[in-house]
Amino acid sequence: MTATTTASTELAANRRDIRPGRIIAWTLLFIGGLIMITPLLFMFSTSLKTSGQVYDLRLIPAAPTLDNYVRVLSDGRFMQWFFNSTFIALTVTLSNVFFDSLVGYTLAKFEFRGRYFIFLAILSTLMIPTEMLVIPWYLMSSQLGWIDSYWGIMFPGLMTAFGTFLMKQFFEGVPNDFLEAARVDGLNEFTIWWKIAMPMVVPAISALAIFTFLGNWTAFFWPLIVTTSKELYTLPVGISSFSAESSIQWELIMTGAALGTIPTLLVFLALQRFIVRGVMLAGLKG
Amino acid sequence: MAKIELQGLVKAYGNTRAVHGIDLTIEDGEFVVFVGPSGCGKSTTLRMIAGLEDISGGVLKIGDEVVNQREPKQRNIAMVFQNYAIYPHMTVGQNIGFGLYTSKLSKAEKQKRIEETGKILGLEKLLDRRPAALSGGQRQRVAIGRAMVRDPVAFLFDEPLSNLDAQLRSQMRMEIKSLHRRLGTTIVYVTHDQVEAMTMADKIVVMREGNILQVGTPTDLYENPVDVFTARFIGSPSMNMMEADLTGGNLAIEGVTVSGLSLPTHEGNVIVGIRPHDLVVGEGNGAGLSGSGLVEAVEPLGSETLVHLMLGKTLVTATAPGRVVPAIGSTVAVRAEAGALYLFDAASEKALGRA
Repeated sequence: MTATTTASTELAANRRDIRPGRIIAWTLLFIGGLIMITPLLFMFSTSLKTSGQVYDLRLIPAAPTLDNYVRVLSDGRFMQWFFNSTFIALTVTLSNVFFDSLVGYTLAKFEFRGRYFIFLAILSTLMIPTEMLVIPWYLMSSQLGWIDSYWGIMFPGLMTAFGTFLMKQFFEGVPNDFLEAARVDGLNEFTIWWKIAMPMVVPAISALAIFTFLGNWTAFFWPLIVTTSKELYTLPVGISSFSAESSIQWELIMTGAALGTIPTLLVFLALQRFIVRGVMLAGLKG
Repeated sequence: MAKIELQGLVKAYGNTRAVHGIDLTIEDGEFVVFVGPSGCGKSTTLRMIAGLEDISGGVLKIGDEVVNQREPKQRNIAMVFQNYAIYPHMTVGQNIGFGLYTSKLSKAEKQKRIEETGKILGLEKLLDRRPAALSGGQRQRVAIGRAMVRDPVAFLFDEPLSNLDAQLRSQMRMEIKSLHRRLGTTIVYVTHDQVEAMTMADKIVVMREGNILQVGTPTDLYENPVDVFTARFIGSPSMNMMEADLTGGNLAIEGVTVSGLSLPTHEGNVIVGIRPHDLVVGEGNGAGLSGSGLVEAVEPLGSETLVHLMLGKTLVTATAPGRVVPAIGSTVAVRAEAGALYLFDAASEKALGRA
């Protein structure tokens, strides 16, 4: 009797939870999810098709083949582009985590003349769109001989105003007592930042690292402009070059894109709790 | 261990002075408590001793050496903060060992020190735990452990018990006191809680608005406060203060009668202070003060009852035995023995003497 009563109570509770608003929300989310995942599915699907089947829009290929993967992976250029993208994205990410944190910490925790002005100056650069900066960057790179080099691709992103702002906001939340305790314990300022302050803002560092890595992994415009030799192409630029040759080879483009998605997916899978937390904390859209 | 001397110590923020040239000598091994309300300059003074605030004027000596320009780490002092400041990403052992970060001891020696400190503070079984898994009292012990492990010349405590509940605070007071007895290291302790000051200090320094008002043992301060502020600040519940007139050797207080008192020589308006424990419920006979008033509130504490009543035009607190709980709105008689009255000049608020 008791068991029956409990079961019926649970059922009633569940029924109460299923409200029309909830049904609509879930339906919309499902449709949204479907719209988001469709291009991804077509990308994987096309990568498994031959060139003749590309315009056959069936999601599951009639005769799936891994030939495209073999072709792309055995092409030395693809591996070079993959390496370029990985090296650039990792270097820029490390640089951002280091320098943005260092500047953010200094602005958050040290009193000095002009601190507010410097912060405003850094922040004001956020208002300048990248498109406006590309020409000055190019002219500067050209004069300094940075065109067609790793450094040329990386230098505009090695430190960002957004990263500095993000880290400053987080360091402001670190109580001064922690830093002063370390000061009394005899640590120098750099060690205090590295050993005490940095571990206390790990969620912010994760968010910054994830966004910087993904942003640089998918960067297209600047790497396309600053590179001329194919050996220095990043993956997105290299993949796009498949279409610049004799004809558009969709199956190869999709195969390259599918392979290029793997690190992104891995980053998401490994760090998804940080991404969600980071987005919530930083008030960003992904 | 070391003596700490403050000679005309000043702290100024722009044109605003937070500490107005204070002089104080803290003897080697002494337990000195700075007490005062928020903003009185006690924490600023402690931070100047620690080296966390620049000294704007005067001289600070630790162990006969002027340390004004020295960095905190060069002063060999250790500090315990109000919010413990134990690092959440390190274990208890790592936190305690962090005090030895710059020490040249070998790894084995450091580990030995950590274990010894953990043992003294009853943390030996918690060395591998993270701070998040500790209670408030245990966290405070870790903070003390990090300070202790370095064997500093002095410990500085900045309101270390403020975040603990009343029971734990009382326990930690005794633990810190017994630790001081065992280690014999100079301790400078800042609090706004006069109970902490009274129960722990060898010497109390009362501060107000950046000045030292009085320095003395707890008994000294309780028995012979130099002014109204100290008299009200030291002792719980606070001393009752009543306006009065002292003319021609006669003390007149509205609503009460006084007799047989030996009064200080002073003419004019005075403030009469009576500690609640000296103002007891009951009829008066003999020398002293007596009167009666309407009961406004009662606080039965078990061992005694605090009775708040109107005596003349002043609301005062008197005490009654625990089992006596007068009804609110009733009239009760109160009395204070001769010698229990503190007289202060009404204008300067300085002490005139006891009566």
